[in-house]
Amino acid sequence: MLMGLYNYWVVVVLMMVGFYIVIAHGNLIKKIVGLIIFQTSVFIFYISMAKVDGGTAPILAEGIKLYSNPLPHVLILTAIVVGIATTALALALAVRIKEAYGSIEEEEIQKKDNQDC
Amino acid sequence: MLAHLPILQVIVPLMAAPLCLFLTRPRLVWLFTLIASGLAFLISCILLQQVMTTGTVIYELGGWDAPWGIEYRIDQLSAFLLLIISAISTVVLFAAHTSIRQEIPADRHTLFYVLYLLCLAGMLGIVATGDAFNVFVFLEISSLSTYALIALGKDRRALWASYQYLIMGTIGATFILIGIGLMYQMTGTLNMDDLSRRLPEVAQTRTVFTAFAFVIVGICLKLAMFPLHLWLPNAYAYAPSIVTAFLAATATKVAIYLLIRFTFSVFGLSFSFTHLPLQILFLVLGLLGIFVASTAAIYQTNIKHLFAYSSIAQIGYMIVGFSVSTVAGLTATLLHLFNHALMKGALFLALGAVMYRIGSVQLNHFQGLGRQMPLTMAAIVIGGLSLIGVPLTVGFVSKWYLVLAVIENGWWPVAVLILLGSLLAIVYVWRIVEIAYFKPALAGTETIKEAPLSFLIPVWILVLANIYFGVDTRLSVQVAQAASQSLFGLSP
Amino acid sequence: MAFLVGVAFAIVWMKDLLAVIMLLGIYGLLSASFFVAMDAVDVAFTEASVGAGISTLLMLVAIALTGRAEHPARHKPLLALAVVIFTGSLLIYGTLDMPYFGLAEAPIHQHVAPRYINDSMQEIGVPNIVTSVLASYRAFDTFGEAVVIFTAGMGVLALLSVARRREDDAKIDLLNIPMHEQHLIPRIVIKMLIPFILLFAFYVQFHGDFGPGGGFQAGVIFAAAIFLYTMLFGMSTAHRVINQSFIQMLAATGVLLYGSVGVVSLLNGKEFFDYSALSADPVGGQHLGILLIELGVGITVASTMVIIFFNFADRKEYPQRKKD
Repeated sequence: MLMGLYNYWVVVVLMMVGFYIVIAHGNLIKKIVGLIIFQTSVFIFYISMAKVDGGTAPILAEGIKLYSNPLPHVLILTAIVVGIATTALALALAVRIKEAYGSIEEEEIQKKDNQDC
Repeated sequence: MLAHLPILQVIVPLMAAPLCLFLTRPRLVWLFTLIASGLAFLISCILLQQVMTTGTVIYELGGWDAPWGIEYRIDQLSAFLLLIISAISTVVLFAAHTSIRQEIPADRHTLFYVLYLLCLAGMLGIVATGDAFNVFVFLEISSLSTYALIALGKDRRALWASYQYLIMGTIGATFILIGIGLMYQMTGTLNMDDLSRRLPEVAQTRTVFTAFAFVIVGICLKLAMFPLHLWLPNAYAYAPSIVTAFLAATATKVAIYLLIRFTFSVFGLSFSFTHLPLQILFLVLGLLGIFVASTAAIYQTNIKHLFAYSSIAQIGYMIVGFSVSTVAGLTATLLHLFNHALMKGALFLALGAVMYRIGSVQLNHFQGLGRQMPLTMAAIVIGGLSLIGVPLTVGFVSKWYLVLAVIENGWWPVAVLILLGSLLAIVYVWRIVEIAYFKPALAGTETIKEAPLSFLIPVWILVLANIYFGVDTRLSVQVAQAASQSLFGLSP
Repeated sequence: MAFLVGVAFAIVWMKDLLAVIMLLGIYGLLSASFFVAMDAVDVAFTEASVGAGISTLLMLVAIALTGRAEHPARHKPLLALAVVIFTGSLLIYGTLDMPYFGLAEAPIHQHVAPRYINDSMQEIGVPNIVTSVLASYRAFDTFGEAVVIFTAGMGVLALLSVARRREDDAKIDLLNIPMHEQHLIPRIVIKMLIPFILLFAFYVQFHGDFGPGGGFQAGVIFAAAIFLYTMLFGMSTAHRVINQSFIQMLAATGVLLYGSVGVVSLLNGKEFFDYSALSADPVGGQHLGILLIELGVGITVASTMVIIFFNFADRKEYPQRKKD
């Protein structure tokens, strides 16, 4: 049981590290870094479940019988693209926030917002 | 061509978006967007009719059969949603050209329409698809365009609101992705119909339970269900008026759709409601949402904020109807979905008209507006009455069905609480009426005129729809009932 | 795997954002090598170019604009920790009934996947199964993916684009000249390298049927060549070579090319993205369809990446016009 699930447990730890950065840190860039780690760990999770012991990369060749599952690979290719798209947009927002508020710390922005009201 | 309608529904706005970049004049882009959205609306009308007469429509993309390829599966529920989304989008677009001239810098106009169409296509795609992973892809299309649209707002707080929404939305989407991954791991399929057949075999496993929890929490983040609603008020308040009107009327509806789709169609009724304490949890959260958000709405000074909180409260009503988990309860939820789209579309669009004329939606700037902009204010009042649930408006119809459904289950206290929640709505709507009609106009505002026709026409289309569907309930009730019966596996 | 955990924790504690981003690049590279070990070569290729390449680069440009120090204050760390531990234990709980890692009998390998592995050669005729699934069985997902990246490009454009004027360009040119002379050697080396990078991009683009690669990876590599050029020769030179509105049209063309493949099959009375409509011979149709849509993805990705990068960089070079 320990060996069979070890991989997934490590992934869970990675996911939670990313998730923790997103909610606990106040710096906008750091939050985005956390988001990337969170998403990348989900990718690792998908790819782990595609692996078959003794299988090879899913490119058909003579004399190979056992392949790893190609479907999760396809899904994750799509998800990686979605991830980079989100990152780009988030960074663009962070840059604009820096220009508008002069800061990328959550607390300072919150404070300035309250003054506006 | 009729056989291809399901895909055309999504592909028309999706392909129109990049085409916009080739048009040079903003007016042309606007007309083009309007035509694309109008076409989508027409298609959704035909589709709804088709589904109501012949049952579920299935369309296999790429010609591959279902679990291997991606399929579009349109049943009564999705056809109903497609109609709501494309109808609201088209009506709102009528006012777009006038409104964004004031709120968005000129060099961004084309981009605005591109993003708007992408957002529309994303939402339609979520509703039409029958593949769990495809939901995630289209969810991201609509979310990314939504973030950018919100950030186009004039106020710098729009940026911050958009950023917060982006973080919450991405966490939600990633949760859904984890849930889909776990489901896939246990069943080996991504097709929703196939999942619903294969999940019962493994329903007792802890993995499927976790998958369910992650999907539901992810959707609830998107849904802004209390207590995960914190991103919503600012996002609605600082986005450009057109965007607010469009999103408020459609975005949360799509999330409700996903909630219903996953609990009823994918995981199945018996798993979702007998296995887990979902019913009581949703009931309590729904009721809390109604009261907390309605109370918060009373204390707002920005009217967009006020109606945003009221949206959260209305989501609470839908959740209560959902938690009843009977045909009647679900019918009430679906009816409210439709009716709330009409109300909030009308209200936020009317606010857009106010924004156009006086450049603000602060409550104290509304003094005397009842005389200066009589038609716009009348629209806001009727929309408000509908929110409260006064007879002859759509709000009454859905509250009526909701209360009936709750009483049918013998939940008397809940029915009383729902009526109490409506009292709170009276309070916040009255505040606007009081200031707009019974306070003298502010000095220096004598020049304010009635909103231009490009606003008045779409606003009044929605207002009249509010009244029409409040009196003649045949169409909406019939579709909602048919949809919920088919979800419960009963033939209509 | 243990490396990954180490890097992730280091990122939590680091305060200097520059170091954090470097670590993030390493994280991307490590996960890419993990993907190779897991037989996912296509994914590894993409993760290496995106996780370690593009996103690191974008992050660097962004912190150049926002500053690199992080405030020490953290809000509600205990609450956050509680949420994280709760979510994490739910996930661990969920893993308990999972099929074990690498087990060939797991349901995931039994239901849908075998058809891809056994029949894709007859049905599509492409050795790389990932490409078959991506471009044919699930072509609509990939279309969605191209649209997502297009959406991001449009979003960045809506947020960051600045109106440029000719006289600004001239001023910046003056500033740039001495800098360029200092970097003479790298300039020559990179000038020589760029054709090879572009060539490699084309190879990856068209070789995706047989080995790892395809439109997305090729697009990223292509964009990387342009970034390199920009970094050494300055934004204004790059702008002279690549026109902004042209590149926007190009991005749109990519999406349209992809979509029109589907429309053609529609007009021939077949289902959307049914490539057999493209040619009399079904396998030949598949080949043509895959070629065209991969090209569409490549064009969209390359031009969108360039749009994103240019708009970030422009924001930095024209600070005087920040208020739009």
